[in-house]
Amino acid sequence: MPDIPAILISGLTKRFGAVRALDGLELVVSAGEVHGFLGPNGAGKTTTLRVLLGLLRADAGHAELLGGDPWRDAVELHRRLAYVPGDVTLWPTLSGGEAIDLIGRLRGGLDPRRRAMLLERFALDPTKKGRTYSKGNRQKVALIAALASDVELLLLDEPTAGLDPLMEAVFRDCVNEERRNGRTVLLSSHILSEVEALCDRVTIIRDGRAVESGTLAELRHLTRTSISAELEHVPADLPGAHNLVVNGSQIHFEADADRLQDVLRTLVGCGVRGLTCRPPTLEELFLRHYQVMAS
Amino acid sequence: MTAFAGTGLLVRLVLRRDRLLLPVWVVAIGGVVSAIASAITSVYADPAQRLALGAMISGNPAMRALTGPVFDPTSVGGLIAWRATTIAAVLTALMSILLVTRHTRAEEESGRAELIGAGAVGRHALPAAAVLVASLANLATGLLIGLGLSAQGLPAAGSLALGLAIAGVGWVFTGLSVLAAQLTEGARTANAIACSALALCFLVRAAGDAADVEAVSWLSPLGWAQRLRPFAGERWWVPALIAVAGLLLLGASGLLARRRDLGAGMMAPRSGPANAAHSLRSPLALAWRLHRGALLAWTIGFAVAGAVFGTLAESMRDIVSDNPRIAELISMVGGGDTLVDTFFATELGLCGVVAGGYAVQAALRSRTEEAAARAEPVLSTAVPRWRWLAGHLAFALLGSAVILAVTGFAAGLTHGLRTGQPLTEAVRILGAALVQVPAVWVLAGLAVLLFGALPKLTALTWAALVTFVLLGQLGQLLQIDERVRAISPYFHLPQVPGGQFSAVPLVWLAGVAALLALAGIAAFGRRDLSGD
Repeated sequence: MPDIPAILISGLTKRFGAVRALDGLELVVSAGEVHGFLGPNGAGKTTTLRVLLGLLRADAGHAELLGGDPWRDAVELHRRLAYVPGDVTLWPTLSGGEAIDLIGRLRGGLDPRRRAMLLERFALDPTKKGRTYSKGNRQKVALIAALASDVELLLLDEPTAGLDPLMEAVFRDCVNEERRNGRTVLLSSHILSEVEALCDRVTIIRDGRAVESGTLAELRHLTRTSISAELEHVPADLPGAHNLVVNGSQIHFEADADRLQDVLRTLVGCGVRGLTCRPPTLEELFLRHYQVMAS
Repeated sequence: MTAFAGTGLLVRLVLRRDRLLLPVWVVAIGGVVSAIASAITSVYADPAQRLALGAMISGNPAMRALTGPVFDPTSVGGLIAWRATTIAAVLTALMSILLVTRHTRAEEESGRAELIGAGAVGRHALPAAAVLVASLANLATGLLIGLGLSAQGLPAAGSLALGLAIAGVGWVFTGLSVLAAQLTEGARTANAIACSALALCFLVRAAGDAADVEAVSWLSPLGWAQRLRPFAGERWWVPALIAVAGLLLLGASGLLARRRDLGAGMMAPRSGPANAAHSLRSPLALAWRLHRGALLAWTIGFAVAGAVFGTLAESMRDIVSDNPRIAELISMVGGGDTLVDTFFATELGLCGVVAGGYAVQAALRSRTEEAAARAEPVLSTAVPRWRWLAGHLAFALLGSAVILAVTGFAAGLTHGLRTGQPLTEAVRILGAALVQVPAVWVLAGLAVLLFGALPKLTALTWAALVTFVLLGQLGQLLQIDERVRAISPYFHLPQVPGGQFSAVPLVWLAGVAALLALAGIAAFGRRDLSGD
């Protein structure tokens, strides 16, 4: 893998009137990785992508895309990337097939074999006019136009919104293939299971700022493991345990990663008859950050 | 009446959304009529002058085609009705068409109607609300005109009749645009159908009035408005005819609406090709796909208009042979060498401002595409912004030149067939029609500048076009300072055929247009893409 990151953003700020959509955002996406870009609605995910596409001009900060400046070198960079917008609108009078071909050609060409294969896998009828497609089918048109071209970087903005579970599975297969082909993917999403299943690394964004970034393993390390145990006798005190619930011989609690060692040592002394440890889900990670915001 | 449930609430929604736009329309139309009235009152205070003007109009088919006949040249009111009816009626019709489409078909196309239709709202509530608000706006316009005229001391009956005539035209086109909204899936097409109908009504009335065939003028609602004869022995049964015509159109729309699904038109959508043609590979090719339908429709419309004008032109000569006194009057006022040429110059001037409408809508297609988020997928590919914008601009510039050339060619050809020199005349009038092009381009340039610098205010281009039309049509009558009238690019065009041709103003206008467009393209390259 080359050393320069596919995307390098630091201190990025974008204002819309009085609203700060991006407020000193930091984001690094290494070449060849599938990077999850997580955040609730209105966190600034789409604004970030549109700055990266040179559709918006940042007010402050630094953004670098495939080694170039997203605003100044927009046209050159766009030959090397493909974009799927979150809300796909098509030309009412162009058929889906025409839209796919047009967008692909404007980018510099697309592979007709991949196009045919993707049409089949996504089960899309390319002869229907743009205005007659459902939301999910419009999404498929944009996805096929992006996936059928030979590019280094895919910018996907909530690409599965509107897809049924079957098509979501097809989409995951496609992203995994892209990864095997060495392509970089920035996947903006608020669907945690999707990010968990697909992404090598994750950045969580809130109010235009990155609040967490790393591999899922690293992020999990920062948070608590949830433990249920059945014990011969319940200890009077369990240092390092949070939200301890005792139910007869059953106990349930959460433990910080750096206290796991101590907690388990105490448990062993209490005669463990059954033990379940569950790593934190991404959902718990996510909620932790957003509940802080809400409170 | 469950089909109309929720209409009241929707009326309030329409009023809320248009709370600024509607009053502007109503007051502007009322203001134009008021200004015409006070100008005519002061300029034609002398009865002899009024009679002379009346005789001049009666003898000049070009003038009659533009504004219709004078029914009573002896009274000030009669002259006001002659001058104000057509212009106010066309503006009121446009107001009604745009309002109805915006709140019916555009709502369906955007999907917002679905949100409303899922509520406790009847099938016909959405169009009913649009019709009610349009009627309200028409009545307010009519009332304002009537009150404004009687406040200037004109007879109350005539003032009321003129107000009614204008409101009546609005009412007919309200019905017509509801009907158009049933036929097609796109709001753009619905507007185009209704506006074509308006243009056709204008053309039929113009032909009838120019050739002095009453039966033809009665075919057009614009003809009805004049033949209500405000200030000239009002015919009070004409408003009843207008009311019935509007109701028939609404009834027909209701029947069509019951036969179709929400969001659908009357024609089932056809499927398209699975693969794009080899040529669909550039922003210009995309622009061609988006513009070709409108360009074809405009070209056909302009060809028909040109052919009508060409057919009428030769009848100008008959009048000269009939009445030498009138011929003398016209050569004094007209400034053209021959009556035929004056006629062509007048009608081509009219085509020039209408072609300005084409140029503005073609240039502003860029804004429509951007607001609908369809610019984003194109500009996320290897297409520089200037090339995308230039695709739309090309259609504004070349398209307007094409439709004007076709008008001139058709007019010259039909005229030449009667005089025996079809090709010579076709080329001569084509050349004269192309003289309008640089002024049209200034409007296209202005549209691009606003799009680049102030994308949320692109509608100002339409305001500029209306201002240019009013300055051209009424500037002289209202005795507006030449320096003010000179802001209109059309003011600088040589009067051809017939008048003195000079290329200098044309070069200047083309230069101004180029500067505006280049500034707009540069500004667009520096700004954020933005939605609605």
